[in-house]
Amino acid sequence: MPTTTIAGQAVEVNDEGFLTRPDQWSDDLGTELARLIGIELTADHWKLVHFLRDDFAHQRETATLRRVSTQTGTPIKSLFDLFPGKPAKKMAYVAGLPKPKGCV
Amino acid sequence: MTTHADQTTPFVPRFDAPESQGRKLAIICSKGNLDMAYPGLILANAALGEGVETHLFFTFWGFDMINRKTSGDLKFTMLGNTATHMPQGLGGIPGMTHLATSQMKKAIADLDVPEVPEFLDQIVGSGGHLWACRMSADMQHLTEGDLRDDVEGIISASDFIELTEGAQLLFI
Repeated sequence: MPTTTIAGQAVEVNDEGFLTRPDQWSDDLGTELARLIGIELTADHWKLVHFLRDDFAHQRETATLRRVSTQTGTPIKSLFDLFPGKPAKKMAYVAGLPKPKGCV
Repeated sequence: MTTHADQTTPFVPRFDAPESQGRKLAIICSKGNLDMAYPGLILANAALGEGVETHLFFTFWGFDMINRKTSGDLKFTMLGNTATHMPQGLGGIPGMTHLATSQMKKAIADLDVPEVPEFLDQIVGSGGHLWACRMSADMQHLTEGDLRDDVEGIISASDFIELTEGAQLLFI
């Protein structure tokens, strides 16, 4: 696995740049991951990122956009506003998780 | 110098790479069966999640997907569908279409995939565009009042071709 240095910390990533070890993640690292993809995290972002982390811990799978929307009660449109363009992948990246596998 | 830069620049996914910008997808939905409604919805949803501008054009039986009277009541039948690998005669037994539809709806719901009207809500919420076919509307004597409010217009085939210039296209 390649490693890259983010916020002074060496982390393992896959060939797309997603973190491969969820235990290497922290809130500080999340802030920096978001900054690297052009997002400044607000309380609304954090609510979603923390949901993704908790959900992954239980499901061992990254939540799809629909799951994030229904489980957190956040309209899909807001997810696109908070993480523009590719919300599911961007959220997963900031949360230090693999991109979601589900289709919907 | 280059090596040094490679080591200090974090390796980050290229979410907004310029070469993936400006991609457009047009999906023509022409079927009104429950099982044939989903491919277009799933692909539209996936495309939107990848930042692709997506337009759905509902024509002929596909109108049932956006007609408020029918969109929540699409059906699946075994008749004429050899992929169920059941004797075709079974499909003609009264109540069999209802049973097959219920089973398919349950299988879809078990995957946390929404029913058709809610799926279209999600697609519109994701920035997708819904269009209805003028000729189908005229044939079925339907007007905008019969359709979901978020259908952006009843337009001609030419209009749709024009507004999806440069798009990749799927016919379902």
